Amino acid sequence: MSTYPLLSLAIWIPIFAGLVVLSTGGDRNAPLARMLSLIGAVAAFLVTIPLWTGFDIANGGMQFVELKSWIPRFNINYHLGVDGISMLFVVLNAFITIIVVAAGWEVIQTKVAQYNAAFLIMSGLMNGIFTSLDGVLFYVFFEASLIPLYLIIGVWGGPNRVYAAFKFFLYTLFGSLLFLIALMYLFIQSGGSFSILEWHKLPIGLGAQIWLFLAFLIAFAVKVPMWPVHTWLPDAHVEAPTGGSIVLAAIALKLGAYGFLRFSLPILPDASHELSGLIVALSLIAVVYIGFVALVQEDMKKLVAYSSIAHMGFVTLGFFMFSPMGVEGALVQMVSHGFVSGAMFFCIGVMYDRVHSRQIADYGGVVNKMPKFAALFMLFTMANAGLPATSGFVGEFMVILGAVKFNFWVAFAAASSMVIGAAYSLWMYKRVIFGDVANHHVEELSDINMREFAILGILAIATLWMGLYPQPFTEVMHASVNDLLRHVAISKIQ
Amino acid sequence: MEMQKLYLLVPMAPLIGAMIAGLFCRIIPRWVAHTATIAGVAIAFIASVIIFKDVLAGNTYNGAVYTWLTSGDYRFEVGFLIDTLTTTMMLVVTFVSLMVHIYTIGYMQEDPGYNRFFSYISLFTFSMLMLVMSNNFMQLFFGWEAVGLVSYLLIGFWYTRPTAIFANMKAFLVNRVGDFGFILGIGLILAYTGSLDYATVFEKAPGLVDTTINLFAGREWATVSLMTATCICLFIGAMGKSAQVPLHVWLPDSMEGPTPISALIHAATMVTAGIFMVARMSPLFELSTTALSFIIVIGAITALFMGFLGIIQNDIKRVVAYSTLSQLGYMTVALGASAYSVAIFHLMTHAFFKALLFLGAGSVIIGMHHDQDIRNMGGLRKYMPITWITSLIGSLALIGTPFMSGFYSKDSIIEAVALSHIPGAGFAYFAVLAGVFVTAFYSFRMYFLVFHGEERFGKADDAHHHEHQGDHDDEETSHDHHHGLAPGQKPHETPWVVTLPLVLLAIPSVVIGFIAIGPMVFGDYFKGVIFIDHHAHPAMAHLSEHFHGAVAMGLHSLTTLPFILALSGVVLSWFFYMKRPDIPAAIQRRFSAIHALLENKYYFDRFNEVVFAGGARLLGKVLWRGGDVAIIDGLIVNGSAKVVGWIASVTRLFQTGYVYHYAFTMIIGLFVLMTLWINRA
Repeated sequence: MSTYPLLSLAIWIPIFAGLVVLSTGGDRNAPLARMLSLIGAVAAFLVTIPLWTGFDIANGGMQFVELKSWIPRFNINYHLGVDGISMLFVVLNAFITIIVVAAGWEVIQTKVAQYNAAFLIMSGLMNGIFTSLDGVLFYVFFEASLIPLYLIIGVWGGPNRVYAAFKFFLYTLFGSLLFLIALMYLFIQSGGSFSILEWHKLPIGLGAQIWLFLAFLIAFAVKVPMWPVHTWLPDAHVEAPTGGSIVLAAIALKLGAYGFLRFSLPILPDASHELSGLIVALSLIAVVYIGFVALVQEDMKKLVAYSSIAHMGFVTLGFFMFSPMGVEGALVQMVSHGFVSGAMFFCIGVMYDRVHSRQIADYGGVVNKMPKFAALFMLFTMANAGLPATSGFVGEFMVILGAVKFNFWVAFAAASSMVIGAAYSLWMYKRVIFGDVANHHVEELSDINMREFAILGILAIATLWMGLYPQPFTEVMHASVNDLLRHVAISKIQ
Repeated sequence: MEMQKLYLLVPMAPLIGAMIAGLFCRIIPRWVAHTATIAGVAIAFIASVIIFKDVLAGNTYNGAVYTWLTSGDYRFEVGFLIDTLTTTMMLVVTFVSLMVHIYTIGYMQEDPGYNRFFSYISLFTFSMLMLVMSNNFMQLFFGWEAVGLVSYLLIGFWYTRPTAIFANMKAFLVNRVGDFGFILGIGLILAYTGSLDYATVFEKAPGLVDTTINLFAGREWATVSLMTATCICLFIGAMGKSAQVPLHVWLPDSMEGPTPISALIHAATMVTAGIFMVARMSPLFELSTTALSFIIVIGAITALFMGFLGIIQNDIKRVVAYSTLSQLGYMTVALGASAYSVAIFHLMTHAFFKALLFLGAGSVIIGMHHDQDIRNMGGLRKYMPITWITSLIGSLALIGTPFMSGFYSKDSIIEAVALSHIPGAGFAYFAVLAGVFVTAFYSFRMYFLVFHGEERFGKADDAHHHEHQGDHDDEETSHDHHHGLAPGQKPHETPWVVTLPLVLLAIPSVVIGFIAIGPMVFGDYFKGVIFIDHHAHPAMAHLSEHFHGAVAMGLHSLTTLPFILALSGVVLSWFFYMKRPDIPAAIQRRFSAIHALLENKYYFDRFNEVVFAGGARLLGKVLWRGGDVAIIDGLIVNGSAKVVGWIASVTRLFQTGYVYHYAFTMIIGLFVLMTLWINRA
């Protein structure tokens, strides 16, 4: 195991880099700000690589642990660590940050330093969420990460950003307060500990478990988002700049789902079993209902946002089947969704930068002018529709197969996404990309440049790699997922 | 060379060709693209021949290449199963693919997407090979969807045509409906056998024959046999890919793609994947007579009713497309009758003669300058002799002329169905017999209209040849590829790259049935590969007793009903379309309701468009506007914001600004808290 505090580096390098970028000041120094941002993002990514390469796949517990006392009076610690469940998200987060910095390279021309700094700081904070093993530390990162995202939408967002921000705020505030109350309750119950790992062992009665579960559920469901608390997401995506959408879809949505695995399942196993029917039902509504809603969207970003909700339905469904296939499939789906939805939002951004419209009706025949782009967009559209050999397939395949054993009709409903997902993805692709050149905006399009090609190419490689050889992604999960499921199978009611 | 490496070479060579032609399609010259891909496919073909000989010598193989994924106790691998069934498919796929690659040089020579096209067909060859060489369900599904993807890309190859981009989306979505069933079947297999590896599954399946699953907890009537449920789910996948009613609707529209891929993908190989899959899974399907009955009925409906549609088509490719649907129905019927080897045998002969017919049709289309309407042809035998003769051979093989390849396979199917006793076999027997007449009629209707009779081309009758079949064709008529012959212009024979594949495909179309029927259907060729429960499904065993060699079978058939039916079909089509063209016109007027039914393809498309496509859009709108926008956002989110505002306006009243109000409130609060604390202690 490494002697360097890798997790601290993964958190603080981007935050520090963000502060440095911020110090470059106004847009006179924009080229410098961009360069420093890229260096910071790459450096942050590089320190996360040893987490994966040095990861002990036989060990289901926490690795790369750092423990320092923070506020001794309340027994709050700076306690970091990753296991097979969280490690990949740290790497993914650092990877997506590079993509985001590159994605805004030419597009963002005002307040460049602030824009990049917001993303870097957010990246660090989100690494904090994925690595915190202390309840308060988690909460601080969890709440703090909202601020940069809020600013990104609020400052660089579209015309209707006030409503989007308002909605976003209302939803998350509600969840956060209940979450805080639940943390307090656990602190008292455990006799004064904020250690999440301690809480995993804490016996709790069924009634209390149910209340805590519901409090966590509301906090996490908003983030995932699960039906019916999802309506902030399409609005937030539509108003967010491309980079904001990428981070929102690729990383921010994973926080809620991660919360289920870190808090709900291990701390409240009995309530999880008790209420699994509810979660499965909500997940299936997300998959089917939202799939139909995505079909009729006229705005590309809304369409992909809704498809994100449907894909996240697979994640929550996989968790609450309590089988290795389900949980690992859900985790794979989370990572894959990071690549694919990030790429989809970037593709829409590429077109938006040129035409300044996200309406499907404003396009048609883009392939005639942007053949390279059309080919890559095809790949991601197919990945979004869950085509085998792309990453989008692996998670859905595992969850559906796991679901057959769980309950045939659950699998039936989940598998319907094979048709619905293909329908909304391909129908959008057909209307936007295929056909004759629809109007003079499309006529004037120029194909993707080297920077855009590089970004999409890297994401394409990631998507195909994970589709063709997912084993490196799943082998790190096995020990932790098995430990988790063993733990969840044991009742905490005494 | 080590055999394992050779196995790997078979799919990899076309893949490398596809990557060269695809990734660099904008920078390499055309000759590099077609040389690279043809070399790749040729290597695959040669390697397949070597492997075939090796397998005949008794060297089968079943092993993994790499572990794709492990999860829990499950292990998913990418691997190869090499046996006689695999090598048969490998030979068919690589040979037809090679022919199509060569043919494409001629067919696509004027197309700007030349390199891209070669890349796609090589990619298809790779996908199809991965599908047939798989030793597990996961990889099968990979290949299954990958061929679907390439089919999607190729149907929409001319992506500016509205009809093409509609057809490719339709094809993909209809196939996805099949795959939806398929993945549930795979899920059932994994849930109950714990593996997706064929060998393990087949080993465990007999032990599960009495297992039942309950679809609705506690309801007696909802209990079904596991094997029946699994097999029907798997077969739904086959119905999508092999275009069985009601999931057949995509195949006629797939004719929007260039003709070479219609031959390769939508006739010879991809659409037979479902047939191959069921034959591969024979140890599972044999465990459920109910599933076999379902299969035989679906196959019979497809064989007969799709044949009827072939009669009224005027687009040369669509005639062949409906004929393909009908023949796929025949193969499915054979599967249902537990005559798996016969189904594979028909698959093989059909691959040759149907690829020949499609490529012949393509050659006619080139000769006619991309006019596809058979009403504008006639007398082409004078101008295109090689195309004429080869097409005649293909048509004769298709209708089951004794001693030709199609005869042996089709006659075996009819005999097997006659001997089958499972429910539905009676209907299927009627359907396949009637189908013989229908097949002969529409095949020779097309043959006569194209190659014989009056020369109807070059009449500058624009309005006429823009009148295409299908719902969506009328949206678009002005594409460069649809110009037809100018007045006075004559059709011409096509270059050698086009005619050579025709000749090379005509040879097996004639002889392969005669050569192969003995070992393949009645010999030990598929021993240990295809499993038949002879006790429950004795049709094949009885059929073998009647078989006394290929020559005797051919001679005997001259006195049997199928031959008479086929002959009368040919004669009647000659009489109707060569002698008395007024009769079919009169029939069409007399039975206009039936004609309308056929013209509208039994209204399947209309139904799907209104009920499924329209229904999904409507449901989406209702859920979005009603659920998300009105209820969740309008009522709850914005509503709670209003409530917060209201509460705030009420609580504002408490902020009076008087110190004694605040002090009083604090005292009460303190009092309440202390009371609670004391009571607790």
